[in-house]
Amino acid sequence: MHTAQLQALEHSIAEITEMAVEEGLDFFPMRYEICPAEVLYSIGAYGMPTRFAHWSFGKAYQRMKSAYDHGLSVIYELVINSDPCYAFLLDRNTLLQNKLIVAHVLGHSDFFKNNAMFSRTDRGMVERMAVFADRMRIFEQAYGSEEVEKYLDAGLAIQEHIDPHERFGREGGFRETEGGTKDVIGFIASNSRMLEDWQREILYMLRGEMHYFWPQMETKILNEGWATFWHLRLLRRLALEEEEILEFAKMNAGVIQTAPGRVNPYHLGLRMLEYVERREGLEALFELRETESDVSFLRGYLSRDMVEEMDLFLFERQDRVYRVTDKETEKVRDTLIRERANGGFPYITAMDDDYQGRGELLLLHRYEGLELDRKYVDRTLPLVHRLWGKPVHLETRGENQRTVRYSCDGQRVAAG
Amino acid sequence: MQHPLFILSQEDWSLHRKGEQDQLRHQRKVKEALRDNLADLVSEESIITSQGDRIVKVPVRSMDEPRFRYDYSDKPRVGQGGGGTSVGDVIGQAGDGGQEAMPGQGREAGDLPGSDYYEAEITVDELAELVLEDLQLPKLKPKGAEDLTVPDVRFHDVRPKGLIGNVDKRRTLMQALKRQALSGQGGGFAPQPVFPSALAGSAAPADQQAGVRGLIRQEDMRFKTWEEFRKPQSSAVVFAMMDTSGSMGRFEKYLSRSFFFWMVRFLRTKYEDVRICFLAHDTEAKQVDEEAFFTKGQSGGTRCSSVYRLALELIEREYPPSLYNTYAFHFSDGDNLDSDNGATAELAKKLLESVHLLGYGEIRQYGQGGRLWETMNGIRHEAFSRSVLRDKSDVYRTLREFFREEAEG
Repeated sequence: MHTAQLQALEHSIAEITEMAVEEGLDFFPMRYEICPAEVLYSIGAYGMPTRFAHWSFGKAYQRMKSAYDHGLSVIYELVINSDPCYAFLLDRNTLLQNKLIVAHVLGHSDFFKNNAMFSRTDRGMVERMAVFADRMRIFEQAYGSEEVEKYLDAGLAIQEHIDPHERFGREGGFRETEGGTKDVIGFIASNSRMLEDWQREILYMLRGEMHYFWPQMETKILNEGWATFWHLRLLRRLALEEEEILEFAKMNAGVIQTAPGRVNPYHLGLRMLEYVERREGLEALFELRETESDVSFLRGYLSRDMVEEMDLFLFERQDRVYRVTDKETEKVRDTLIRERANGGFPYITAMDDDYQGRGELLLLHRYEGLELDRKYVDRTLPLVHRLWGKPVHLETRGENQRTVRYSCDGQRVAAG
Repeated sequence: MQHPLFILSQEDWSLHRKGEQDQLRHQRKVKEALRDNLADLVSEESIITSQGDRIVKVPVRSMDEPRFRYDYSDKPRVGQGGGGTSVGDVIGQAGDGGQEAMPGQGREAGDLPGSDYYEAEITVDELAELVLEDLQLPKLKPKGAEDLTVPDVRFHDVRPKGLIGNVDKRRTLMQALKRQALSGQGGGFAPQPVFPSALAGSAAPADQQAGVRGLIRQEDMRFKTWEEFRKPQSSAVVFAMMDTSGSMGRFEKYLSRSFFFWMVRFLRTKYEDVRICFLAHDTEAKQVDEEAFFTKGQSGGTRCSSVYRLALELIEREYPPSLYNTYAFHFSDGDNLDSDNGATAELAKKLLESVHLLGYGEIRQYGQGGRLWETMNGIRHEAFSRSVLRDKSDVYRTLREFFREEAEG
């Protein structure tokens, strides 16, 4: 980007920032970085400017790169929950695109700073993940990258099983939920008798990263809705050229586009917020952006009118087609909540580290109406065994309410 | 002073190489996963029916990261319409099994749990390389000694005399330049054509030859010369024998053709001189061309002996065992005329006198083997190998059993 463009952008950012402050947004100091597409999609793939190496990021990178190369999708921006808040802009963006994005990321930054789910996130995570990456490189040098990958693969398989309400870094103190700890990865890291220190450290690092990412998974609809709400509101206040208005409308339509088989969080979040604003005023929005998560937002606010207005429904696979099966508000809401609960992951707790008095591990899946996918149990349980070193068991329930116990002795997974 | 509300910067990001490196790691994993899934991939329909080096997409299940997740198949999910959607509306087509495309998928990065498989792109050639890696024609021998060599020539000498058709143009030109440079008559690469066009063709008329001596003299001429030698040859003939009778259903034909597809591919890739005779039979056997073998269906009763008889005739007429390494593979559902089983086994034994390997594959989706299998089972011969194929993954196993060095047992 040449100087004149940079100056124009800087001017626009200043203007939008001032407006956002006037409107009452309260965000972290912003750090905008302009970068080429390949940098944008590599940060997108890794979720951070610097992070440890793993093939799964390479896979994501390849996907994003080929989508970009084929013109299938363009990422315009990336924003990182940190203080200062990093926002990465694609160097090919037009000025108008950048204006919209700046307004959008100011919404995110305000959300990161004020939403309760984020209150304990580590705002220095950019640097901490870089430190993790260094540690991982040291381990690779010391033990070989294949050996490190073995433990990363296994750790990543259970990475989302943390306790988001627990304070990070508290050694050994597990918050007991009803007969078990939700912090499965921490439980294994501290109780497994076969792990070496560096292997334990990998698990703790993955756990730390998940603590950081977790609030974003819990507030996808609300966070994206909030940012979209603000880019609309701020851009409507800007004096736009006629051409810009057209470009803006097109871009915005792309963001909130819906498709029958999925729910677009940008669209759903925006429409719900607009609905609440019409009824209760802007102040109400500022309040709920502080206290709600997706689940509580949906539970508390998704009304019959909204379901009808947004044309939400339930659909199911029947024979060879997907068919709409229900439009009842309660069912739509409950299903949405179930999809969003616990970040969309099965709720699993560690129950026993000395199961049957033989040092075996017992995990429990708390059944809430959805069965576990057996194919994935077959592939995941052996990885848990890799970390535990002794037989591991996972108890769950089938649709008929009967208890099913999957056990893995390191070789195969048996159901009993 | 207060912190600024924002900073805008543009840095040099050329340091980013990590994505590329991890992409390589991932590709390596894909290859490993492909290797682990070869048994399934070998009978992947899109590969068998693919033409040439087309890229095929193969589902590699283990490439998405394992984790505990819900089974959403046949469970209601939330969707969103453009307005006025009613119960009973169809919003998309469901594919087979794991490869279902969610309606609306692909327009934008969605947040639905992803589809539960990973699609790797691979060319048929790359896949063939993995599949055929350690297969070989067992007991392949160079056939015969002197009388089985083929005449061949190799050029490996350059001389100042020879036939004009064998002029080594490059060396001749170099020689002329060298001579002229040494004699001080200019030289180097002049812009005018130093090389007479007559020499570019094959045989030049004598008068033209005379005219070029100013530039290139007879003494500059260099000729390639050759030596005759006899190259030992290991020829092989493979009989691909397939039952195409009415009892061979879609599945049976498909499995036979999968086997033969890889066999042909394998033979053509690894062996320079191998002939493949495609023999199809119902009650009668006939030699068909490759395309007919792989595409045409037939019907009628079954008389397996017919194809063994045809193979024996061909050996006698065209492929004497003294000249050819001979192999035969027969695939059938085993549903043969009862009265023909004895004859088939007798002819098979006779065939075994001339072949290095006779492989019999019987495709049985359900149930027990029939009489043919029992009768064939009575054959005791080290060159006889048999395999029962019950599902798609057995194609790979059978390939490995038939094409390994020194079949055991």
